[in-house]
Amino acid sequence: MAHAERVQGGGRRNARLLRAADSVGRFLVVILLTYLGLLAVTFFIGRVIPIDPVLAVVGDRAPEHVIARVREEMGLNKPLWEQFFIYVQKVLQGDFGRSVLTSNPVLQDIRRAFPATIELATLGIILGAGIGVPLGVWAAVRRGGLADQLVRVMGLIGYSAPIFWLGLMGLLVFYARLGWVSGPGRIDVAYEYTLTPVTGFMLVDTAMAGEWEAFGNAFSHLILPASLLGYFSLAYISRMTRSFMLNELNQEYVTAARAKGLSEARVIWRHALRNAMVPLVTVIALSYAGLLEGSVLTETVFAWPGLGLYITNSLQNADMNAVLGGTIVVGSIFIGLNLLSDLLYRVLDPRTRATR
Amino acid sequence: MLVVDDLRVSFPNRDGGFTQAVRGVSFTLGRERLGIVGESGSGKSQTGRAIMGLTAPEGRVTAKTLAFDGVDLINCPPRERRRLRGGRIAMILQDPKFSLNPVMTIGDQIVETLDAHAKVSRREARERALETLRQVQIDDPGRVYDLYPHEVSGGMGQRAMIAMMLVAEPDLLIADEPTSALDVTVQLQVLAILDRLVAERGMGLIFISHDLRLVSTFCDRILVMYAGRVVEELPAGGLKDAKHPYTRGLVNCLPRLREDRHPLPTLDRRPEWAL
Repeated sequence: MAHAERVQGGGRRNARLLRAADSVGRFLVVILLTYLGLLAVTFFIGRVIPIDPVLAVVGDRAPEHVIARVREEMGLNKPLWEQFFIYVQKVLQGDFGRSVLTSNPVLQDIRRAFPATIELATLGIILGAGIGVPLGVWAAVRRGGLADQLVRVMGLIGYSAPIFWLGLMGLLVFYARLGWVSGPGRIDVAYEYTLTPVTGFMLVDTAMAGEWEAFGNAFSHLILPASLLGYFSLAYISRMTRSFMLNELNQEYVTAARAKGLSEARVIWRHALRNAMVPLVTVIALSYAGLLEGSVLTETVFAWPGLGLYITNSLQNADMNAVLGGTIVVGSIFIGLNLLSDLLYRVLDPRTRATR
Repeated sequence: MLVVDDLRVSFPNRDGGFTQAVRGVSFTLGRERLGIVGESGSGKSQTGRAIMGLTAPEGRVTAKTLAFDGVDLINCPPRERRRLRGGRIAMILQDPKFSLNPVMTIGDQIVETLDAHAKVSRREARERALETLRQVQIDDPGRVYDLYPHEVSGGMGQRAMIAMMLVAEPDLLIADEPTSALDVTVQLQVLAILDRLVAERGMGLIFISHDLRLVSTFCDRILVMYAGRVVEELPAGGLKDAKHPYTRGLVNCLPRLREDRHPLPTLDRRPEWAL
């Protein structure tokens, strides 16, 4: 009997492993196809847009034969499908071409700009979700009460006030008047040249070097724009949390949990929120992706050398290699975070897992 | 054990006034089985919820007396009330599809009740949960313990619900339409389990249902409710001797085998009974 059970258990484990491998395989195919689609779209945007990459390199006064030679060098006289093939090959090797504006390889530029954005967006979403979710829960529990109205007004302001204005006001109050935080930029110039960038994340680099003074300085530069982005996503996240929570609090299992004599805190956080987290994960992941895309306005106001600023500058200067490279990075973020939230969905909701 | 005197539950309505869902219900209950029957909206479920202390926050509950084992439930502090809930008074809800938390395993949901009311070790809690699952006639409790609600059938889910509510060994059980959402064959199974557990443990039971025949076979005493009031109280065997015209109407509407009735009787609802 015991032996039979063990054999059966082993069979079940194998079947589970097979199923896991199967779903991982599906996952990879989905990623691959999505990625190919992303590359195709960026490639054709690059070809369709009325900017001649040859002219961008040689300038519009170049003689005819130079233009023809450069065109050949860049492979632009080849058939389109071949060009696409070469493009994909290059991208896979991390070669996005050279930026006309900075004359660096685009990848190198992005490597510098992206960590600045990641740092900002990550702290922003931590603040936004960390405060927004509890606020939303609070508003749902005190539905129609003062707390609810307060959260509503906060959200409304976060939603409707232009972020650059909030940024300027923030700088005026907390930097210029109160002096609580540092001004624009990622770190004071005094520290900038003593620091060897390793990861590109100021907080990580300074901490790794043990330069705690510089760490504090970087943090005081970061906290204001990050709070701003955090507030912006908080407005959305708290509203969504509130509505998901109201939905869950009306379910019968909440009544059952109360009938069991559980504390109200446990009913709300362990039962209702745990269920509300399932759709919330997607909301938070997409908010995070939105922040990672680089918030041009915030980055402009705070002179933050991030991805949003980089892409916008490139676009204004018709620097197509940089724009496409940036677009691919942003697209990859969305693909990645979507997959991540899919995975988390499975972790959080047993109903979406394959049945045992 | 339970004394209910002049229980009233009302909810604010749109005109700014209050609509009374329960209008002066009174009864006492020992360790016996009381059935409450009535059509939907008659206030039977709200009576049960008021005893549990689960009336929606906007509702108002008043009573001359609402006492459980000498504890005044109306003026009792919330903490004390919560200790009673699940610990000494438990409630089974209608549909396990909605009343079990979809993201928690059945075992965790049972253990949770125990944790709220008794100081037990993890291991002991698990043992007692498994034992309770066995008592609701789940054959392989070890497997069901780790399943999620969507992975079990309705009958199994309702048995898990019963286990979840009985694990802390309450003295009074309120069963609010415990079998209405189940298949007919499963209904009998679940009822048999409920019947045995109530008898073995000597619990008091309030069985809320709209099924007159079911209640009359299952309970010792029946309250018939209409429009928020008790219109008649009967011993279970005394359905034939019902005096109130509403009850008689209900009894008359029960289908009968081997009797061809045309036209089928309909239920008469007179406004004066609702006064």
